[in-house]
Amino acid sequence: MKSVLRSFAIPLVQALVVLMFLAWLSAGKAQAAIEMHQFDNPVLQKRYDSLTAALRCPKCQNQAIGDSDSPIAGDMRQNVADLLKDGRSDSDIQNFMVARFGEYVLYNPRLDGRTWLLWGGPAVLILLGLLVVTLIVRARRRARVRALDDDEQARLSALLATHRQSIDEQPGDEQPGAGQHTAKERS
Amino acid sequence: MNVRRLVLFVPLVVVVGLGAFLYQRLDDDPYARDSALLSRPFPEFSLSTLSDPQSRLDASLLKGQVSLVNVWGEWCPTCKHEMPQLLDLASRGVHMVGVDYKDTRAKGRQFLEEFGNPFSVNLFDPDGTLGFDLGVYGAPETFLVDAEGVIRYHHTGYIRPEDVRDVILPTLERIAEPATNAASTPDEEASS
Repeated sequence: MKSVLRSFAIPLVQALVVLMFLAWLSAGKAQAAIEMHQFDNPVLQKRYDSLTAALRCPKCQNQAIGDSDSPIAGDMRQNVADLLKDGRSDSDIQNFMVARFGEYVLYNPRLDGRTWLLWGGPAVLILLGLLVVTLIVRARRRARVRALDDDEQARLSALLATHRQSIDEQPGDEQPGAGQHTAKERS
Repeated sequence: MNVRRLVLFVPLVVVVGLGAFLYQRLDDDPYARDSALLSRPFPEFSLSTLSDPQSRLDASLLKGQVSLVNVWGEWCPTCKHEMPQLLDLASRGVHMVGVDYKDTRAKGRQFLEEFGNPFSVNLFDPDGTLGFDLGVYGAPETFLVDAEGVIRYHHTGYIRPEDVRDVILPTLERIAEPATNAASTPDEEASS
């Protein structure tokens, strides 16, 4: 059974490795086909690169406009370049795109009525987790250091007393009671 | 003790609830999202018509009556399929405006000859500038514009015959009525 599994698994893993390599190769080619604007000014170039990486292509499911060869992504890159040359700020350019294509194009959605849960959720979850951990730790600590009450003290004394008694009664004996017990269970 | 046991089920309830929520959204059409231009005025433009390169039309074209604006192109196969629905709407007296998007004049004209022309006017938008201001990222896309020139409805992609019956015609009726009643009020407010 194991050898059958192995004889299937090894070629499968090999095929997957080859496929991943091919996918990586073709991804490199696709990226090379995208026409990116080149600025003489390195600051503008940097802003252009980060804007085109943070704006989402409306036509594609999950690609930035700097990463997509769809025509609309090309138009958007062109508009980003033109607006940058016009001296507009990054937030101006984001507003310009949102006014046309909606909040969808922002990979970092803004904090507003619809997105507060998205932004606040992780913080709330961390706080909630800390609260639960604190409560558990406190409960355990309290349970550990609490003194025995009278009932428990009495039970403990009684148990200790019977234990001492049994030791006193059979000194050096090999606990026949326990041996009998396991023998019975086996039979 | 019992309450403590019940608390142990809280994560299960959360996971099942989240699973149900996400599963239900799995069938959503990822392209079905509201246009950013809903309730906004139709963007300004200055374009020639498909038939006459010398002409100039602007957004005042859409004032004074409810219009359907359809963005199409000869290169767009779905546009051919929805032509019968658009011809049907035109035959019902809807004011139809076409936007020939990222096309050449020759191909655009040939398309209308072949598949029919439901539009009372076609704007020629070879560079897709009006399309860009409309937030169009493909064709066909369809907008309903009220008599004030405000975008009231947006449809992405193919218009099925049942979309005409169930959505477009009722929406046209709905935006036609308040517009005629309210047409005078915003103007008065603006002038005062």
